[in-house]
Amino acid sequence: MLANLCQRMFKRSLWVYHANSGGCNGCDIEVLNVLTPYYDAERFGIKLVGSPRHADVMLCQGPAMRATAKALRRAYEAMPSPKLVFAIGSCACGGGIWFDTYSVLGPVEKVIPVNYYIPGCPPRPEAIIYGVAVAVGLVDKKTVPVQFKQLELPIPRYHPNQLRGEGDLVVYEKMEKV
Amino acid sequence: MSVLSKLKETLICLKAGKVTLPYPAQAQPVPEKFRGRPLFDAVKCIGCAGCANNCPAREILVVDVCQEIRILKYLGRRCAYCGRCAEVCPEKAITMSHEFENATNSIGDLQQRLELFMSTCQRCGRCFKEPSVLEQLKLKGYRFDDLQNERWIFRSRAYLESEPAADDLRIDLE
Repeated sequence: MLANLCQRMFKRSLWVYHANSGGCNGCDIEVLNVLTPYYDAERFGIKLVGSPRHADVMLCQGPAMRATAKALRRAYEAMPSPKLVFAIGSCACGGGIWFDTYSVLGPVEKVIPVNYYIPGCPPRPEAIIYGVAVAVGLVDKKTVPVQFKQLELPIPRYHPNQLRGEGDLVVYEKMEKV
Repeated sequence: MSVLSKLKETLICLKAGKVTLPYPAQAQPVPEKFRGRPLFDAVKCIGCAGCANNCPAREILVVDVCQEIRILKYLGRRCAYCGRCAEVCPEKAITMSHEFENATNSIGDLQQRLELFMSTCQRCGRCFKEPSVLEQLKLKGYRFDDLQNERWIFRSRAYLESEPAADDLRIDLE
């Protein structure tokens, strides 16, 4: 549903606003890298704007910190809807390495609703382009949750009743697995 | 001469050629030592929880539902892809893959969950006793991370009662 909405609403150029709420500038540099001629993001119509009032998309970097949470919320509310929020980097997705310090509130989704997550510390410029491409429907997302289950104990269980002497050797009978 | 200078500029631009990479249409190779998403191999994993103890972001949760089944859950939200888990793993069950295209619209897509059988002493059927008090503090037989709320709990005597192991299951979280 979100993808449909994105494709309908954001058919034309996406204007992005770049909000850093206390990150280390690693993700900022990668985002600016996306706008350089190597990863020319303007061929998708992506343009960096300086004000949230002009923007369709907000790129959040850094965790929600106690000092900047209010400003982040105000910037989000200043954007005209429909609006998309991208959380870029581990800090914005989950709070970062310093998720449990006193000044960090946690991921940015504690303050503003997030639509797309781009994990990485920092994410590669390709990963950011991939995230935007997922949002506008150019490619499909690749990640799915993985679940493994062991069904059989890999170690055989021995019991003294099943020992049998055979000359010098002791032989186990019925090596059952639990 | 403005026209001449413009022509000169055009020549320079043409000489530079095209540098833009055709990224989303065409896959882009990553460097050899690039660390992407860690992949857990349930066949090799012995459930020692070294990765969980060593993770700087505390992104790997370990829960023992009973004495013989251990659940290991990698959340991947704030993973910094530092590769410490892969480095500490004695069985090399964790590999840092080259996957970087992890963008999703729900954060739960990143998690990996392993359900492992833990082997116990074949004579008494229990786990081994730890040598010293400090070791006991660190390696208490059962571990309690909060899988429902996906958060990590400090393992200390403040939380865990010392006497019976079964009572530890009823600790109150804040």
